[in-house]
Amino acid sequence: MDIPLLSLVTFVPAIGAVALGLLLRGDDEWAVRNAKLIALFATSITFLLSLFILAQFDPTSSDFQFVEDREWLGGLRYRMGVDGISVLFVMLTTVLMPLVIGASWGVSHRVKEYMIAFLLLETLMIGVFCALDMILFYLFFEAGLIPMFFIVGIWGGKDRVYAAFKFFLYTLLGSVLMLIAMMYMIADAGTSDIVRLLAHEFSYSTINVAGIEIVGGVQVLLWLAFFASFAVKMPMWPVHTWLPDAHVQAPTAGSIVLAAILLKMGGYGFLRFSLPMFPVASDVMANFVFALSVIAIIYTSLVALMQDDMKKLIAYSSVAHMGFVTMGIFAANQQGVDGAIFQMISHGFISGALFLGVGVIYDRMHTREIDAFGGLVNRMPAFALIFLLFTMANVGLPGTSGFVGEFLTLSGAFQANTWVAFGATTGVILSAGYALWLYRRVVFGDLVKENLQTISDMDRREKLLFIPFVFFTLLLGVYPSLVTDIIGPSVEALLDSYNFALEEAGHVLADSAQHMTTGH
Amino acid sequence: MYHIILFAPLLAAIIAGFGWRVISEKGAQFLTTGSVILAAFLSWIAFITADSGLQIITIARWIDSGSMVADWAIRVDMLTNVMLVVITTVSALVHLYSFGYMDNDPQWRKGEVYKPRFFAYLSFFTFAMLMLVTADNLVQMFFGWEGVGVASYLLIGFYWRKPTAGAAAMKAFIVNRVGDFGFALGIFALFLLTDSVDFTTIFGEVGHLAATTINFLGMELPALEVVGFLLFIGAMGKSAQLLLHTWLPDAMEGPTPVSALIHAATMVTAGVFLVCRMSPIFEEAIYASAFITTIGAITAFFAATVGLVQNDIKRVIAYSTCSQLGYMFVAAGVGFYQAAMFHLFTHAAFKAMLFLGAGSVIHAMHHEQDMRNYGGLRHKIPKTFWAMMLGTLAITGVGIPFSYDLIGLPIGFAGFVSKDAIIEGAFAGHAYFAFTALVVAALFTSFYSWRLMFLTFYGKPRGDQHTHDHAHESPWVMTVPLGVLAIGAVFAGMLYYNSFVGHDAEEFFGDAIGGPAVVELHAEAGDAVDDGHGEVVADGHAGDEHADDSVLHSYHYVPSWVKLAPFIAMLAGLGIAYQLYIRSPQTPARLGAALPGLYRFLLNKWYFDEIYDVLFVRSSKWLGRFLWRKGDGAVIDGGINGLAMGIIPFLTRIAGRAQSGYVFHYAFAMIAGLVAIITWFAIRGAS
Repeated sequence: MDIPLLSLVTFVPAIGAVALGLLLRGDDEWAVRNAKLIALFATSITFLLSLFILAQFDPTSSDFQFVEDREWLGGLRYRMGVDGISVLFVMLTTVLMPLVIGASWGVSHRVKEYMIAFLLLETLMIGVFCALDMILFYLFFEAGLIPMFFIVGIWGGKDRVYAAFKFFLYTLLGSVLMLIAMMYMIADAGTSDIVRLLAHEFSYSTINVAGIEIVGGVQVLLWLAFFASFAVKMPMWPVHTWLPDAHVQAPTAGSIVLAAILLKMGGYGFLRFSLPMFPVASDVMANFVFALSVIAIIYTSLVALMQDDMKKLIAYSSVAHMGFVTMGIFAANQQGVDGAIFQMISHGFISGALFLGVGVIYDRMHTREIDAFGGLVNRMPAFALIFLLFTMANVGLPGTSGFVGEFLTLSGAFQANTWVAFGATTGVILSAGYALWLYRRVVFGDLVKENLQTISDMDRREKLLFIPFVFFTLLLGVYPSLVTDIIGPSVEALLDSYNFALEEAGHVLADSAQHMTTGH
Repeated sequence: MYHIILFAPLLAAIIAGFGWRVISEKGAQFLTTGSVILAAFLSWIAFITADSGLQIITIARWIDSGSMVADWAIRVDMLTNVMLVVITTVSALVHLYSFGYMDNDPQWRKGEVYKPRFFAYLSFFTFAMLMLVTADNLVQMFFGWEGVGVASYLLIGFYWRKPTAGAAAMKAFIVNRVGDFGFALGIFALFLLTDSVDFTTIFGEVGHLAATTINFLGMELPALEVVGFLLFIGAMGKSAQLLLHTWLPDAMEGPTPVSALIHAATMVTAGVFLVCRMSPIFEEAIYASAFITTIGAITAFFAATVGLVQNDIKRVIAYSTCSQLGYMFVAAGVGFYQAAMFHLFTHAAFKAMLFLGAGSVIHAMHHEQDMRNYGGLRHKIPKTFWAMMLGTLAITGVGIPFSYDLIGLPIGFAGFVSKDAIIEGAFAGHAYFAFTALVVAALFTSFYSWRLMFLTFYGKPRGDQHTHDHAHESPWVMTVPLGVLAIGAVFAGMLYYNSFVGHDAEEFFGDAIGGPAVVELHAEAGDAVDDGHGEVVADGHAGDEHADDSVLHSYHYVPSWVKLAPFIAMLAGLGIAYQLYIRSPQTPARLGAALPGLYRFLLNKWYFDEIYDVLFVRSSKWLGRFLWRKGDGAVIDGGINGLAMGIIPFLTRIAGRAQSGYVFHYAFAMIAGLVAIITWFAIRGAS
C-alpha cells in the first residue's frame, strides 16, 4: 500500500481541528460559520477517503488489510490495520460524523472549540478501530474520552458537571485495570503487537490466589481486567448508570456520537481482545456475561418503561440493546457474533436517529419531558413518520436493520443456552412496550397543549440529516448481506481459532465444569 | 406473475403514501385500488390454473450468516394459492368499499387529508400479508407476520386523535409481540435442530426429528412438540386465541373496512395458516396438536359467550371472529388442516361481508354503533339488509342436513358446509370435548347473529328518530362489494367442497398439507399417545400410510346425530333469539336483571382485561419504577458507587474553582499510565 490510507482517514479530522485552531480567531458570525464549514468539510473528506478503504477491502480475506507499521517514539511501534470486524466500525464513524456536524448547526456557544472537540473525537475513535498495537489502542481508547468530557462538560445541560464526573469515575476504574493487564500481557508475550498477541497463548492453568481457586488462571484475571473497562463502555448492567446521565446532559450531537459510536468501542474490545486472546476465560465466563446480558435486557427495558425524560428512555433502551451484543459475542458462534456486530452497526444508525429526533423537538420546546408533548402528529407529520420508522426499527421490526441483529444474536444464544435466549427474547415484548408507549404519548392524540399549537415541522436541514439514517436503516434491513459478507470471513476465522483453542484446553474446561457443579 | 401480485400493492402503497401530492388524492385511491384489483385478478388466474405442484421463485438474498440463510423468495403451492385469492379478493373489495365509507369521514377536520394515507396503509398491509403467505422460509414469514402487525397498528390507530384508538393500537402490537416471542423461539429451535430455516429443508428433516429430543430450559423434551408449542404461541397471538385474544375486540377502534380486511378475513387467519403451513411438524407433534384443539375449542366457546351480550355491533362481530378462528384451530388440531383452510376460505367471505354490512349500517346511522339505538332498518337500507341476511345464514350454518349422504354434496350456505365439516371432523378425531364445545358455540353463534339482525333491522327504531329518518342506503361502491361477498357467502361452500375436504382434497392440496409423503415415520409410533382426554388423533393403531389423512376420510362416517347436532343448535339459537328479540323484547332486560352476576361477567368479557391489567401492566410499571428508583438509584448509584458519589461533590467543588480542571486530571492520569507502559517497555526492550 503506497498511500497510508488508514492513517489518512484517521488523522484528516485532526488536521481539520488544527486548522480550525490556527486559522480562526474571534467569535463573530464569520468565524462561527467558517468553523462549521471547515468541520463539515474535514468530516466529509474523511468519509470520502474511507470509501476508498471500503472499495479496496477484500471481504474474502480474514487477514488485516491496509497494514502500516512504523517506528514511533521510545521504541514503540505505530501499527494500523483493519479486518472484517473493524472496517465497518471505521465506516460507521466516518459516515456519521458529517451528520453529527450537521446536527450541530444550531450551536452558538464556543463554536470553534466545539468543532475541534468533535474532530479530535473522530480521529481518536477511528484510531481505536484501526490500531494494531495495544499501546496505540490504549492511547486512542482513553484519549477519546477527553473530548467527550469537554462536550458534556461545556456544552451540556445544567447538571453537566455531575454527569461528566460520573462518566469519568466509572471509566477510570476500568482503565486502570486494563492498563495493568496490558502491562502484564506485554511482559508475557514480549510484544504489544496485536497480531502477535492474537497468536499468543496466555496461560489458563488453574491458579490459586489467596486461597481462591481460579479456573482459567491468568487468562481469567486478564479477561476480568479488560472486562472492567469494556463493560463500562458498553455499558453493561450494573455499571450502566453513567449512561442515562451523560445522555441527558450531553448536547444532541454528543448523544449521537456517544450512542452510535463510543458505546461500540466496548463491543469491539470484546471482539478484538477478550474473545480471541482469552478464549478459555471467555468460555469460563460466558455464563456470567449471559446473566448480565439478560438482566440488562429485562431490567433496563422495565426501567425504560417508567422514564419521563425522552433521552433517558432512549439511553436505557440502548443499554438493553447492548445486552443483545454482549450475549451474541459470548455465544461464540457465527450467528451470535455476526449478529452482535450487525446489532452494533444498526444501533449506530437507529439510536443516532432517535437522539436526533429528540433533538428536533428539544430545539423547539426546550424540554425532553415526555408529558410536555402529545399530539405532535397534528402539526409535525414528517416528524411523526420519521419517529415512527425509528421507533419500529428500535423494537426490531423485520425489514429494518434492528431486526437482523436481534434475530441473529438471539438465534446464536439459543444454540448456546436456551434459558438465555428465552430470557432475552422477552426483550422483544418489553421493547415494544416502552417504545410504542413513548410514541403514543408524544405523537398520537389530539394537540391540546397550548404551547405546542405553533410548533413547526422539520425544516429542510433536519429532513436532509435524516435521509442517511433512513437509508441505512432500511437498506441493512432489506439487504443485510452487505454487512455479513464483509464480517463473515473474519468472524469465521476468529471462531475457528477460538474453538481450536478450546479444544486444546479441553481438560481445563472439563475441570471447570466439574468445579461449577460441585461449587453449587 | 407472482412478482406482480406481490409487489404491485407495495409499489402503489409507496406512491400513494409519499406521492399523493403529485398524483392527487383521487389518484392515490385509484392507484392503490387498481393495483390490488390487478393482484386479485392475477391471483384468481393462478388459483384456477394451478396444479398441486410446488414452485419456488427466489427474488434476492436476505439474511446470510453461516448456515442461517434466508432468501427473499416466493413459495407457491395450493396453500399459498388459496391465501392469495382470499387476501387479494377481500382486499380489492375493501379498497373499493373504502371509496364510499371513508368519504367525508367525520373524524377529520375540514381540509385534512387522510384518504391517501388510509389507502396506502391498506395496500401496504396487503403486501405484508402476501409476503407472509408466499414465504419459503420462516424468517420471511416472520417479516410478513410483523409487517401485518405494523399495518394493523397503524390502521387501528388511524383516528389518532382518539385516545382509545392509540391505546388499542399499542395493545394490539404488544399482545401480538407476546405471540411473536413464541414464534421467534420456535424458529430458533428449528434452526438449532435442522440448521436451516427453509421450509423444504425443514420438512425433509421431520422424519428424523420425530425421534429427537431438544434440551429446552433445562428439560429434555421431544423436539417437535417443543417446536409445535412455540410456533402455536405465535399463532395464538395473531389469531387472537384465548389468553392472547384481548387485543382483537379493541382493534375495532379502527375504521370498519379495516376490521373487515385485517381483523376478520385475512390477518387474524395468519395463525391458522401458520399451523397448516407447518402441518408436517404438527402431524408429529401429538401433544402440541392436542393443545391446539383444546385452545381452539375453549376460544370458540368463550368468545361466543361474550358475543351474546355485547351491544356494539362491531364488537359482536369481533367476538364472532375470535370464536370462528377457534373452530379453525380445532380442525387443525385434529389434523384436519383441509377443513381449517376451507373454513378460513368461506369465513373470509361471509365475515368480511358481515363487517362491511355493519359498516354500511354504521354509515347509514351516522356512525352510531350501539345496536340498542338501531331497530327497524330493513326497509331503510334494503340492500345492506339482504346482504347481512345472507351473511347471517352463512355464519349460523343454514343448510340441508344429510344432503351429502343423499347426493354426495352438502347443500347449504358457506358456513354450513365448512363449519359442519369441522364439527364432524372433531368428532371423527375423537376430540369429544372440542366437539361438544363447538356445538354449544354453534348455538351461541346462531343466537348472537340473529340477535344482531333482529336488533338492527327489525322492531321499532329505538335510537334518535332524526338519525333513523335520515338513514340512507350506501352508494354503489359500498353495496357492490357486499354483493360480491354475499355471493361467496352463499356458494363458496358448495362450490369448493370437493376441492378442500371432499374426494379431490388430496389431489387439490398435494404436498402442501402434511408435507411430502416420505419415509414411514411411525417406526415406533404404533403406541400413539393419547393424552387421556381423547383429543388426539389416535392414528397410531392404524399404522398405514394413510394415517395422516384419517380425519379427512373418516369424518363422513360419524353417527347421524353428530351430523344433525350443529343444525339443531343453529335452530335453537334462532328460536331463542326470535323469542327474546321479536316476540318478547322486554325479556332480555329482565333476564339480565335476574342474573346480574353472569350478565356482568359476560359483558365484561370474563374480566380478562382487568386481570391482565393487574397481572402485567401494573406489575411491569411497578417493577420498572422499583428497579429504577431502588435498583439504579439506591443500590447501584448509592451503594456500589457510594464512595465514588461521595467524591463527586468534592471534585465538583474543585472543578468549580478550576474550570473543567478534572479533564486535565484525567489526561494526567492517562499520560502517567502511558509513561508507565513506555518505561516498562523500554526496560524490557533493553534487557
